[in-house]
Amino acid sequence: MLIDALFLQAGYNATLVTLGAAALGAAAGAVGSFLILRRRALVPDAMAHATLPGLGIAFLIMATFGGEGRYLPGLLLGAGLSALAGLWILQTLASRTRLPEDAAIGTVLSVSYGAGIVVLTLVQGLGLGRPAGLESFLLGQASGMLAADAQLIAGGAGLALVLLVLLRRAFVMVAFDPLHARVAGIDTGRVDLALMALVLGVVLLGLRVVGAILIVALLITPAAAARMWTDRAGIMALIAAGIGAGAGYGGAALSASFPGLPTGPVIVLLAFAAFLVSLLFGSARGVLRRGGNGGVA
Amino acid sequence: MTDALTISGLTLSHDGLRVVEDVSARFPAGQLTAIVGPNGAGKSSLLKGALGLMSADAGEVRFFGGALAEHRARVAYMPQRAAVDWDFPVRVIDVVLMGMHRQTGFWRPLAAHNRNAALTALDRVGMTDFATRQIGALSGGQQQRVFMARALAQGADLYLLDEPFAGVDAATEAAIATVLQDLRDRGAAVVAVHHDLASVAARFDRVLMLNRRVIAEGPVASSFTPETLRQAYGGALPPILAA
Repeated sequence: MLIDALFLQAGYNATLVTLGAAALGAAAGAVGSFLILRRRALVPDAMAHATLPGLGIAFLIMATFGGEGRYLPGLLLGAGLSALAGLWILQTLASRTRLPEDAAIGTVLSVSYGAGIVVLTLVQGLGLGRPAGLESFLLGQASGMLAADAQLIAGGAGLALVLLVLLRRAFVMVAFDPLHARVAGIDTGRVDLALMALVLGVVLLGLRVVGAILIVALLITPAAAARMWTDRAGIMALIAAGIGAGAGYGGAALSASFPGLPTGPVIVLLAFAAFLVSLLFGSARGVLRRGGNGGVA
Repeated sequence: MTDALTISGLTLSHDGLRVVEDVSARFPAGQLTAIVGPNGAGKSSLLKGALGLMSADAGEVRFFGGALAEHRARVAYMPQRAAVDWDFPVRVIDVVLMGMHRQTGFWRPLAAHNRNAALTALDRVGMTDFATRQIGALSGGQQQRVFMARALAQGADLYLLDEPFAGVDAATEAAIATVLQDLRDRGAAVVAVHHDLASVAARFDRVLMLNRRVIAEGPVASSFTPETLRQAYGGALPPILAA
């Protein structure tokens, strides 16, 4: 059965879901590379946890007005608005108070997770709509995903990759030397905003597959692994996209074959395996590469 | 002739503290100007404030008689080397190409003539052989030369350089000095924050001596004197110059 899933023979739906997860992994790996280079690796963690209250509220609204309340685009809209609110609170805490950014991230992350769990628990007790399965947004559950959901995820991931190709040089310039970039006429604020929008897109697309708790790992781990193989930002993003796609593909196939296995943790463990291999054998900075003197001539 | 850069009454604060107060200065084309002064005198801040990287409390800054936004292509800025992460995954030539983003654009593939222009800039600082090295594999002086090449690749008429000679080896110092003189001889204006008082007279035409306020401004011969140095540095003057 696993063999069937890996070779996309497990049925139309499972095939779509597997390909959707692969596309998501590719987008997450590539976006995550630029995020790491800009040193904002922890922001998506706060962002992802901040989606949860909005997810519950969106379900509540949709269920109140009839229906099951599990229409994915509607849930993602609620999640997105809620994540933006969390991001705004994070920015305000970091820029208007003396709270350091990591403390602000920790605050937003934990408070919105608490609020999200409260909202989701209440929603499940109300007897409205069909809340069973809402908890899959915590850890991801590829099995049982609709074909339309998988298409939405694959399409969104493809769009994110196209935007990355167009913005790659701006991202690298701003991440490497923001002062020089500003003098050169680049609006660094807008470039950062574009990066955050892409990250938010990946977080939202990843909610159903990987889940809010672990999506940060799919953004960071493939990128960290890719850094071991190359000293060029563009190649790093390409390798990270490949690792992310492989992890997404393998994780979705595995969890389709073993129902009950949560998809998110499996994807993340596969990405971590790729990271371990890269850490040991990476040709640019792997621990075991030949002549390990940091490349100094 | 219009000066490359004119600063009038510029006042800057950082974290609520005045770092530059009511500074007026002019930087003519075809001249090498050193900005000197003790630590904390506001030298780097003056460059950042002029470039709009720090918001000004008061004052006006003109580039070639107009606003910076109208003349960005003609203005090159080199931050302090310590301002960036040299572990960043880019090669030497990629950094130089960042100076040419107006020509290369953001998304188009690079053309051969872009690459050649970047290699020419590297050649002017003697770094052609290092084009495909990762920047973290370079010495401090080599990194400084790469920064210089990025500024050169832009083909600007005004160069604002934050400590181009800081912590570099003798070969790099000579290479950068030659490049700066060459730029000056071609009519560009070069402004450099400079720490080594002993080399001011040899390397520069003009000096802006700063200690939050302007102490002296003008040709080295008239503005870089024991009297102005005493005013700027007080008792902290290096003995070699205090004599």
